[in-house]
Amino acid sequence: MSGDVIAVKKRGKLKLQGLGPLIGLILLVIVLSLTTDNFLSINNVFNVLRQVSINALLAFGMTFVILTGGIDLSIGSIFALSSALTAGLMVGGTDTWLAVIVGVGAGALMGAVNGVLIAKGRLAPFIVTLATMTIFRGLTLVYTDGKPITGLNADFGFFGKGYFLKIPLPVIWMIIGFIVLYVILKHTTFGRRVYAVGSNEEATWLSGISTTKVKVFVYSISGLMAAISGLILTSRLNSAQPTAGAAYEMDAIAAVVLGGTSLAGGKGWIVGTLIGAVIIGVLDNGLNLLNVSSFYQQVVKGAVILFAVLLDRSKK
Amino acid sequence: METSLLEMKGIHKSFSGVRVLEDVQFSLMNGEVHALMGENGAGKSTLMKILSGVHERDSGTVKVKGVEQTLNSPYAAQKLGIVMIHQELNLIPHLTVMENIFLGREFTYGPTKLIDWRKMRRESVGYLSQLGLTIEPDTIVAELSVGHQQMIEIAKALSMNAEILVLDEPTAALTDREIEALFEVIATLKKQGVGMIYISHRMEEIFRICDKITVMRDGRYVGTESAANTDMDTIVKMMVGREIKDRFPKVEVQFGEEKLKVEGLSQKGVLHNISFSVRSGEILGISGLMGAGRTELAKALFGISKIDKGSIFVNGKPVQIRKPIDAIHAGIAFVTEDRKDEGLLLQMSVSDNISIPNLTDVSNMGFLSSSKERQLSDKLIKQLLIKTSSGAQRVGSLSGGNQQKVVIGKWMATNPQVFILDEPTRGVDIGAKKEIYELINSLALKGVAIIVISSDLPEVLGISDRILVMHEGKITGQFKQEEATQEKIMTCATGGGHRDVG
Repeated sequence: MSGDVIAVKKRGKLKLQGLGPLIGLILLVIVLSLTTDNFLSINNVFNVLRQVSINALLAFGMTFVILTGGIDLSIGSIFALSSALTAGLMVGGTDTWLAVIVGVGAGALMGAVNGVLIAKGRLAPFIVTLATMTIFRGLTLVYTDGKPITGLNADFGFFGKGYFLKIPLPVIWMIIGFIVLYVILKHTTFGRRVYAVGSNEEATWLSGISTTKVKVFVYSISGLMAAISGLILTSRLNSAQPTAGAAYEMDAIAAVVLGGTSLAGGKGWIVGTLIGAVIIGVLDNGLNLLNVSSFYQQVVKGAVILFAVLLDRSKK
Repeated sequence: METSLLEMKGIHKSFSGVRVLEDVQFSLMNGEVHALMGENGAGKSTLMKILSGVHERDSGTVKVKGVEQTLNSPYAAQKLGIVMIHQELNLIPHLTVMENIFLGREFTYGPTKLIDWRKMRRESVGYLSQLGLTIEPDTIVAELSVGHQQMIEIAKALSMNAEILVLDEPTAALTDREIEALFEVIATLKKQGVGMIYISHRMEEIFRICDKITVMRDGRYVGTESAANTDMDTIVKMMVGREIKDRFPKVEVQFGEEKLKVEGLSQKGVLHNISFSVRSGEILGISGLMGAGRTELAKALFGISKIDKGSIFVNGKPVQIRKPIDAIHAGIAFVTEDRKDEGLLLQMSVSDNISIPNLTDVSNMGFLSSSKERQLSDKLIKQLLIKTSSGAQRVGSLSGGNQQKVVIGKWMATNPQVFILDEPTRGVDIGAKKEIYELINSLALKGVAIIVISSDLPEVLGISDRILVMHEGKITGQFKQEEATQEKIMTCATGGGHRDVG
């Protein structure tokens, strides 16, 4: 598949393609472990990964969307609305698992709405998801009346705060999400169709593939991942915030791009996205440990993204 | 003798080693309308691009009013009054008429960058009325008809003091009334001494408005005739007069039952009452000039565009085709004209491309089987002699001929009953061309019904068992291979001659 790490023997020289982000991450880790005391402590590593998990799950879904040549700006709002729904149901006495399933289903449904509007309405993904971003956020505020929903079921806390073999559960969810989506993207006909649509939508349609179905599914996956990610945060905070997830789409897009996936579609892979999300998490954490002011942190983060993209461009 | 307005002599041009123009000449007098004719690929556009400064010539001379010119940029050509009006108009649709006419050359108040709208309006009205037009200068161009948009292009050319005007297929998209209006404008410009080079495939038009006709073929100059002293037959002979060598390996195939039948197929303004059939093992060639509706017919058959009327039968059974997938299920395969935009996933591998229409065959319950994928692509790479390091190579890095083989291969794997190929050898070198003809033959031998659309007359004659000729969305001729000649096809393709449809 395009975008994989391929070791190519070219004029006797072994060239590693697609490893740029990983090398960047390793360098970053080396620098931070030398300049700070406790960066590599087990505690801090899990802390970083737990923070990464929220963005990574969003970015995995975003990878599917971007591979088709689209973009999904609405995930932050889907994140909030599906969390609010789940929290509301629980407060109303619904069983935890049922509330979670409804919330996750609602996220997928919101994504499907995006997909239908984009594919059937032949509208630009940017415009559609910009509009639904506002609509879903508005609906969240309407549903919550602008106030956090608290007093959630006690067993729900396990979802975001629990441990499995001493590993924080959010990290487990991230790993499961990664494996499932990696297999879908790489080993199923659906995954192949995702790449095909992003590579040449017209030729794909002419080959008898319903590009509409592919797009609806892709945006549904993005919505589903946003909902799951939202539930993790809600569980950790033990409350659903109406403003949760605002601007989260930006970090997700950044992770996808840092991972080497092309915004033009058809090229990239989910392993890169995982690395990209970890880079952003490590950067956030490292700058904190180095006592860099939070104002400068944003400047540095932006500069790193620009630098990575420029590096990628100059390779071509 | 008065000096020519334009004199091009001994023009040579090659693109990456391929000679496209060889010792071509062309001349134009003031107030003359001079037709430039030739088949697609004869070198007309290249010659005109050299004249308008888009391409630089390798050797030869171009004299404008007796003075030799280098013409190294479109800007240099414009300064000499050479303006080309392209078939696809170059207007900005959301701007007004006057903004388009003076785009980049707006009148301003002295050195300020503020636009002098009153002068813009006054000047554009001047140029428009010079052409006998009463269009408001602040009309948005997108709201005008194609005919009027073309007039705006001509007005823009006049505002640049055009003395040599190149009109590339100017009537292709116009209605009869618009064509009449255009001819009046041409007559007006002629009186003003503007020299015009008129590129068209429509014989009647050329004999009506042109003074001289120059014919090109295979990048060479064939001859120049005065329109008054020649006739259509002579010009057609000059255009096609080349022998068919043994480039087309034809095999004898016993035709079987009728595979595809089309009855009364119509698409408003594009296709008119098309009926034909193809039998198993038969190769049907469809000939015609650009814009005759051949590709549109193929697209209608494959469900890319909707048909208004008519029915399609595959293996004697009526089929409803609304989307490509319906056509594929009915057993139709379609190799499109545009490989890069419609045929291939260029950044993906050979094997990925072959798999795309065959995903169910290379997977188990939705999971891709890499061994099945490899088997399928290896089989086709071997069968079609695709020159690639392996199935994992990127399709975009293959040569044109091999890319085309990948497209044909991905469709062969769907086991079609009817195989439609639109310009299958365009941009393919001679050797690969022959291999593609052999592939088509082997499909025919397997009993597939084949339709080949081609603008290359010798190719159509060389590979088809039967030939349909289209002109303006209608079938204007039908010939068996034995009775077909280039002249007969050309006559039908330009709308002249007999219309007995068999």
